[in-house]
Amino acid sequence: MDILSHMALGAQVVLQPINLLFCFLGVLMGTLVGVLPGLGPTAAIALLLPNTFHVSPVTAIIMLAGIYYGAMYGGSTTSILVNIPGEAASVITCLDGYQMALKGRAGPALGIAAFGSFIAGTISIIGLMLVAPPLAKFALAFGPPEYFSLMLLGIIILIYLASGSILKALMMFVFGLLVSTIGMDAISGTQRLTFGILELYDGVGLIPAIMGLFGVAEVIANVEQAIRTDTITTKVKNLLPNLQDWKDSFWPIIRGSFLGFFIGILPGPAPVISSFSSYAIEKKLSKHPEKFGTGVIEGVAGPESANNSATGGAFIPLFTLGIPVNSVIAILLGAFMIHGIQPGPMIITKHPDLFWGTVMSMYLGNVMLLILNLPLIGLWVQVLKVPYPILFPLILLFCLVGVYSLNYSLVEIALMIGFGVFGYLARKFQFEMAPLVLAIVIGPMMENNLRLSLVISQGNPMIFITHPISAVFIFVTLALLISPLVPSIGKKRQRLQEKVEGEEV
Amino acid sequence: MKIWKWIFAVLAILSLPLNVGALDFPKGPINYIIPFNPGGQSDVEARLQQPYLEKILGVPIVVTYMPGAGGALAWTKFAQTKPDGYSVCGINLPHIILQPLSQKDAAFKTEDLHPLCIFESTPIGLAVKKDSKINSVKEFIDFAKANPGKITIGISGKFSGHHMASLEFMKIADVKLTLVTFTGAAPQVTALLGGHVEAIWGNSSDLVGYEGQMKILAIGTEKRMNTLPAVPTFQELGIKFYPRIDRGVAVPRGTPPEITSKLEKAFLETVNKEDYHSKIMKAGFVPMGLNGQQSMKYIAEQSEIFKKLLAEHNLLLQK
Repeated sequence: MDILSHMALGAQVVLQPINLLFCFLGVLMGTLVGVLPGLGPTAAIALLLPNTFHVSPVTAIIMLAGIYYGAMYGGSTTSILVNIPGEAASVITCLDGYQMALKGRAGPALGIAAFGSFIAGTISIIGLMLVAPPLAKFALAFGPPEYFSLMLLGIIILIYLASGSILKALMMFVFGLLVSTIGMDAISGTQRLTFGILELYDGVGLIPAIMGLFGVAEVIANVEQAIRTDTITTKVKNLLPNLQDWKDSFWPIIRGSFLGFFIGILPGPAPVISSFSSYAIEKKLSKHPEKFGTGVIEGVAGPESANNSATGGAFIPLFTLGIPVNSVIAILLGAFMIHGIQPGPMIITKHPDLFWGTVMSMYLGNVMLLILNLPLIGLWVQVLKVPYPILFPLILLFCLVGVYSLNYSLVEIALMIGFGVFGYLARKFQFEMAPLVLAIVIGPMMENNLRLSLVISQGNPMIFITHPISAVFIFVTLALLISPLVPSIGKKRQRLQEKVEGEEV
Repeated sequence: MKIWKWIFAVLAILSLPLNVGALDFPKGPINYIIPFNPGGQSDVEARLQQPYLEKILGVPIVVTYMPGAGGALAWTKFAQTKPDGYSVCGINLPHIILQPLSQKDAAFKTEDLHPLCIFESTPIGLAVKKDSKINSVKEFIDFAKANPGKITIGISGKFSGHHMASLEFMKIADVKLTLVTFTGAAPQVTALLGGHVEAIWGNSSDLVGYEGQMKILAIGTEKRMNTLPAVPTFQELGIKFYPRIDRGVAVPRGTPPEITSKLEKAFLETVNKEDYHSKIMKAGFVPMGLNGQQSMKYIAEQSEIFKKLLAEHNLLLQK
């Protein structure tokens, strides 16, 4: 078996003490930056890059990759404990994770996030090993029209995310799209809604928006409650997921893993999109969708698995095509060059030790992360015991420092506070934040791809139908939109649902 | 890391005897500002230079990032920095020429940035997708003439080197192409590999990396590139066309000449090292070593060309 000899080569590389050490350092760093809101893997990798100059390229890449997937482990921690996503990819985890914590089930939530991440991480590494080259070709088939149609379909599916009013979810989504138009128009070079502020040329940053909408708004909202209530956490029950939790989470984890892997291959903020999609799918498939948002474990297990698996997927275009699909991978590509490795489609053939060493290190890194994270759960849960008058100023401080550390920009701090106030008010009127965040993420990509498609087709909208992949997405979108309007289908589905439930009971 | 450098710097200063030399520069760490994201080519080059510069100047070089507005954010702020030599900033051509000409809010002038040296050039080449029927620049022009606007060509960014290359090429060859503006080189190259655009203007580094996955028709150098020996230059084909992107480093205008010259010497020594050359050549770039004077002249020449080009296409900003 060819693949076994490759794996042996990889194991040989990774079992050298220096590589083991750097792998551990990487995942440790990753966990830390994942936990700290604002400070993300991109910043951490950029800061640590110069420290890797004196080691061999494979050692450097092993550590930098460890930071990346390690951050996905840590990102869920603050989402669950204090309703502030450590990473954009963990926004959706807030919905049910925080509710679970409020019910005293922070331990199982953290536990399932760690186990789910481990399983997903392993599945995506196996995927990376077995199917990297053919899948990379599949990703190439995606041009502007395909991306646009995919995102259109994504939005329609994600509208189901709304646990409250669909109308309000749509309003937030459209508002998010408007926010996402701020900045320099990539195609004509015109500035839109920038008011002469250079910091806004690249649009509203995702991190300030998330930290404001979740972190700052959460603090404001709690200030009015803290006077009345004590800390919620005196009744933390068991620390690990029980058998029922496992039963509920098994399929969400598996589905999330595959979903994340495939979305990870496509360019863009895959961990974010995959976690949102996974949540939507779990809610759609669930027998009790109305309970989503009240603290169901599936709402944590699926998305947390998906965002972890997406990181594995993202390495496929890097190694097979030399294409960076997101900012973290772009820095890794830069690291290749500093170490004298020509990025491009030949990396695996020319540097097999690099590819297989990195892949094998990811297995090991995932095991290390699990060992590292499980004992930490007990420690993290203690955070909830910190009295509010101390915890909330600290959270605010972390938000401020986190956002400032991104670009040293006061404009972004102002943005964050603005979003915080907006988020607080919106929450008072029962608007949800998730659609807004999603719109800010995919708005610019969607607009760009729509316009690029039309430039390519010279203004002919038929391009979305004549491209087969795109046509499939459009067709499914239309079908989803029309289905509730056709009474017979609607009723049939309801009957079917009842039947399935009846059989199970 | 940074903190250690600062501590080191402070200790270094304290341990210095009272300086008796004519010029006691530099006394502390020098801030090397990169106007783009970490990991980009500007960053990679700064990282390669960093160890040599630290050795020559004897102080830590701290690389910091100030991405935004395609570099205009950093250059606008940098133009207002104290001209004491403790801040240097990466500069890119044609960016620093085009932005003040085309962006209302880019509040810096090209002359505000006093170049120390221009150390590297990225020639731009013309490539078509692998299964394209077009096999040469001549066929490319013939096809474009017969089918105006039919060829879609991917460029990376508006008011960029690729954009200018398109405008200049369309003028020289008297053809019309449909410009598809991507937000960076990576999506642009991906789109060509996937066959979503017919052609691209490719940075030499990308062309070297993806040779064999696309058909490279010509490159904008004067002589053929060592890394692309089979690719003809536009000049060989009788077209006087040298599209390129250049990278250098600058201090704010008004920096004292003795400080400027010390920094200039340090940078020139660094970027003329054999090791540095071989690393950037391998990656598909062309090393250059223009000193401050030459850089200034070069920037002035390029400014004239681009001003004319923008004016012809009615893209000049009305101030």
